[in-house]
Amino acid sequence: MNLYSALFYLLSLVILASTALAITRRNLVHAVVYLVLSFFGSALLFYLLGAPLLAALEVIIYAGAIMILFLFIVMMLNVERLEERFFPARQWVPAAVLGLLLAVVGLLAVSTQPGGDRLLKTAVAAPSAFGSYVFQRHWLSVEIVSLLLLIALAGVLFLGRDNDKGVSEEDR
Amino acid sequence: MIAWIAGFAVLLVKIGLVLGVLLFLAAYLVWAERKLLGRLQIRYGPNRAGIFGLLQPIADAIKMMTKEDIVPEAADRTIFLLAPAVVAVTAMLMAAVVPFGPTITLWGRQVPMVVTDLNVGLLFVFAMSSLGVYGVALGGWASNSKFALLGGIRGAAQMISYELALGLSIVPVVMLAGSLSLVDIVDAQASYPFILVQPVAFVIFVVSAMAESKRIPFDLPEAENELGAGYHTEYSGMRFGMFFIGEYVHMQVLGALIAVFFLGGWRGPLLPGPLWLLIKIIVVALVMIWVRGTLPRLRYDQLMALGWKVLIPAALANIVITGAVVLL
Repeated sequence: MNLYSALFYLLSLVILASTALAITRRNLVHAVVYLVLSFFGSALLFYLLGAPLLAALEVIIYAGAIMILFLFIVMMLNVERLEERFFPARQWVPAAVLGLLLAVVGLLAVSTQPGGDRLLKTAVAAPSAFGSYVFQRHWLSVEIVSLLLLIALAGVLFLGRDNDKGVSEEDR
Repeated sequence: MIAWIAGFAVLLVKIGLVLGVLLFLAAYLVWAERKLLGRLQIRYGPNRAGIFGLLQPIADAIKMMTKEDIVPEAADRTIFLLAPAVVAVTAMLMAAVVPFGPTITLWGRQVPMVVTDLNVGLLFVFAMSSLGVYGVALGGWASNSKFALLGGIRGAAQMISYELALGLSIVPVVMLAGSLSLVDIVDAQASYPFILVQPVAFVIFVVSAMAESKRIPFDLPEAENELGAGYHTEYSGMRFGMFFIGEYVHMQVLGALIAVFFLGGWRGPLLPGPLWLLIKIIVVALVMIWVRGTLPRLRYDQLMALGWKVLIPAALANIVITGAVVLL
């Protein structure tokens, strides 16, 4: 085990632990903080695997924008503690079955080791190389994803506009 | 092994140098700000400790460190204690990718004058800047006080709004330089600084940078006459000091980024590189203090309208125009 694989397992441990803590906290702000830690770990994992661009984007978009919005909503609504309750069986049983299935598939994949004997090499994908790869080989999927975002944007605009009719212009 | 140790030692020296300059300058920027604001408002400013009050930062530091560190009874203790560190650390980390001179040769070895030349340096700066929001938002929330919570919410909303304009205004610079590395961006300005070809991007960046550092006219998160001191109302002693250090280091880093993106970084005639960068940083910081002494605070709807309806469309139009010109 060289330094990189040691770092890999350390990071994975941090990610798993912080994600587990994030989904079990009753205090929502603590959950958000743990999830940010988990995203930060994933970003470092990307960096370790030679994708600095993805690492930076992971921190900017997930930790820096999406989780800030989560925190913002939590602070605005001021729901500091959720009451303890058990979910009805029809909600958690499908989730448990799917989770178990995923665990079995994962264990099988790990035990058969597809490509597990290959050693991880340290490689770095330059941002420009990554960009031309994505936009030359996968331009159609990129465009479809951006269209999806445009639809979400238009939807938000529509919903926001409908509510705004009653507001007078005098206090602007 | 010896080469590795030597490289590590050089790295440590560079980190020490950058942090030393940043923190020293942060202390004296506070002094300069109080002195300059005093003169702008026709009063003296600090003048008791040493000549011209020059020992004031040292007196302030001793005061901060010897004061009691109070944690409110109802506060969320861990997050309350961590939040100031997040603000200070993210501000200081941003300085790691700012180049402060040309590569020099030391005992036959190339030593780049930057702590680390990341090929995604620009994105690293934005990542750290967006993480800095957590210090403000969590500090405000963890204090468990109405004023602090309102300040934290305002800070979070303001900083994510202006981050978009900040990021978009830099895209034309990246298009011209063809790289996300700050070292390459400075090298691309060898013949002329980018402010000459990108005046619109420069204005958008400076305005958003001022909003990002939460200074007047954008200091709604800590609006004294409405919120006490906003998100750091409940902080005392050195933890309050860390919010302060974070703010002044942030000011310098934004000054350094303005220099790197638009004013040619460390490039300049006659004087050595690091000195030029220092001059540019100080000029930007002094202009920010001057603006603080001149303008009143924006109203909240004006702040959001300026960000979303003026700066972001202008930045997007600038990207399209620059793209067209580069293509032609």
